[in-house]
Amino acid sequence: MPRARLIGLMLLFLGPAVAVYTLFSIYPLLATISLSTYSTTDTGDHVFVGLANFTTLLTDEVWSKPFWNAFFNNFLLFCVHMVVQNPIGIALAGLLSLPALRFRATYRTLIFLPTMLSVVIIGFAWNLILSPLWGVAEGLLKAIGLGSWFAPWLGLPSTALVTLSLISVWQFIGIPMMLIYAALLNIPEELVDAARVDGLGQFRIFTHIKLPLILPTIGMVSILTFVGNFNAFDLIYAVKGALAGPNFASDILGTYFYRTFFGYQLQVGSPTMGATVATVMFLIILAGVCVYLFLVQRRMLRYTF
Amino acid sequence: MTKTRKNLLGAGAALAAMLVGLAAAQAGDLKIESWRTDDTDIWTSKIIPAFNKHYPDVKIEFSATAPKEYDAALGARLTGGTAGDLITCRPFDKSLDLYTKKNLDSLNDLKGMTNFSDVAKSAWTTDDGKTTFCVPMASVIHGFIYNKDALKKVGAEEPKTMDEFNALLEKLKKDGTYVPLVLGTADQWEAATMGFQNIGANYWDGEAGRTALIAGKQKFTDPQYVAVFKEMASWAPYMGNGYQAQSYPDSQNLFSLGKGAIYAAGSWDISTFRASAKFPMGAFKAPTIAGEKDCYISDHTDIAMGLNSASKNKDDAKKFLDWVASPEFAEIYANALPGFFPLSKTPVKVNDDLAATMVGWRQECKSTIRNSYQILSRGTPNLENELWNVSAQVLNGKLTPDAAGAQLQTGLDKWYKPAK
Repeated sequence: MPRARLIGLMLLFLGPAVAVYTLFSIYPLLATISLSTYSTTDTGDHVFVGLANFTTLLTDEVWSKPFWNAFFNNFLLFCVHMVVQNPIGIALAGLLSLPALRFRATYRTLIFLPTMLSVVIIGFAWNLILSPLWGVAEGLLKAIGLGSWFAPWLGLPSTALVTLSLISVWQFIGIPMMLIYAALLNIPEELVDAARVDGLGQFRIFTHIKLPLILPTIGMVSILTFVGNFNAFDLIYAVKGALAGPNFASDILGTYFYRTFFGYQLQVGSPTMGATVATVMFLIILAGVCVYLFLVQRRMLRYTF
Repeated sequence: MTKTRKNLLGAGAALAAMLVGLAAAQAGDLKIESWRTDDTDIWTSKIIPAFNKHYPDVKIEFSATAPKEYDAALGARLTGGTAGDLITCRPFDKSLDLYTKKNLDSLNDLKGMTNFSDVAKSAWTTDDGKTTFCVPMASVIHGFIYNKDALKKVGAEEPKTMDEFNALLEKLKKDGTYVPLVLGTADQWEAATMGFQNIGANYWDGEAGRTALIAGKQKFTDPQYVAVFKEMASWAPYMGNGYQAQSYPDSQNLFSLGKGAIYAAGSWDISTFRASAKFPMGAFKAPTIAGEKDCYISDHTDIAMGLNSASKNKDDAKKFLDWVASPEFAEIYANALPGFFPLSKTPVKVNDDLAATMVGWRQECKSTIRNSYQILSRGTPNLENELWNVSAQVLNGKLTPDAAGAQLQTGLDKWYKPAK
């Protein structure tokens, strides 16, 4: 192929994607990082301050305390998803791929349904379900004799974040399930048949044959969970507002960023400090993804069928 | 590929057409930015038609954004140049910030401004007192709205002092028919505004205490402020089941469904309750502390309207603002929205008896505004946000009154240096 034609083709195929990504992804990212090195004066002008904003964010207690609080809350949110959402997702996918299962499509659709609902609806519905005033949660617990277990979970500092995490798990459980289900379907029948001939039951086929084969997908699901959780904002905002109460017990990096950038009630927003928080969030996610890529992904064994 | 390009072109053309359309719409019309989503109906059916009787050619659109999003959305629209011509002003620094950033015009030369006292204008005037940039529209008054049936049932009168108030709460709890005090902490601001600022004015003697805080002569660790938190800390047994997860709309519903006895109120709640509550209601002002003669009410300058500096139709916008400053507007506004009380010098007759009761307190007591609003919420940590946080925590029993005062003062000391 002549060189000019090759370059022409490359431009044709890569050009639009590069242009769109540069315009809507790379440029805003670089602009945010550059904005984080500026500070706003009283008259609204921007002056270059180097890394001073980052020093403020990480060392000034006024900024660093809520930042680390948000970071650890975010980490907890991620942990709940890793411990609850992904194992249940895997288990559901395993159950769905059982050959003897009937109404497969119905289950799949039902479990995936909440993922397609708006987070505002999810937040509102759960707020009502768990409401100590009108919610059905207390009544249901009473009906099975556990009425004393009920507490205003969304309003207590000790339980608010975990409750919100579990609501989020409930909503997004369909995604790991679907991805892993798709990976399970890719496993050749011969392998499973061979295992069955060797005398393995369904459970051991799953743990010994299927699970190792879908590990790369589980890795991908984990990293998607990580990125999604550290970018999370909407559910907390919809249920608890930007102040993420009580006493910032449900504050995560997304809501912290929102308050910093846009301000809240009487607090005037600071675009430059907001950009700093956004940049740090980006770096955290970048670091997490790098760790995964270099330490986990490379060592993972892959099988080709 | 060509299809994509065509689509892109098509989208581009549509976008361009939209932008042209927007620009065209701006030429002879006015758009009002507001956070009062609840009032859209009243503006479009009562206020704007009344204005159009004088100026039939000016078309006005009332465009409201939810209160939570208003400041952020307005900021973004002002930066992007797509904000409406008339901006509903939050009190104090939010609007002052807009003025210093040249988003709002000075309104000193507006004729109607003479209808307002300096106190009324204080929330929208520069620190040196020289320039006013929004036309004051209304203030809101705090107090308690109560279910008359509930008080009749326990045979009690309106409480005048804090001791009577606490005794009444106890009586209502013993009776058990009603939730004695309707107040939730899930939204946090309810605790600070309806709780702390509502009863607090009597403790710190209104304006005297508020200005002393700004001057640095009083601190939140002083006994009068801690006493407010102490009183609030005693409310936990009287609030609704699971009040920690009770949001503001929950509170409103709880009371208007007739399940609550006393509702820690802002006067803006009146219109909501008028629409939904089916029982007789009364209102009493924040009870006084034993031994105090003077009473103080939180009469907070809350809402005003300014002119977007980037407006393409300033002439018509000024006509409208001048009308907003007139007694005619005050009369319509006060009666269309009972609970928002005009700030103009001319007294306005309020027909709603609950609203009339509340505005009547202006004659018996001295007015003051919320103490966190002027100057003291300019830094980080933000005093108002802190106040929401600690008030909710005190009501939740997670923070002692002393610790609450200390947290507020430590936060304030971090950035605020009172003028000596």
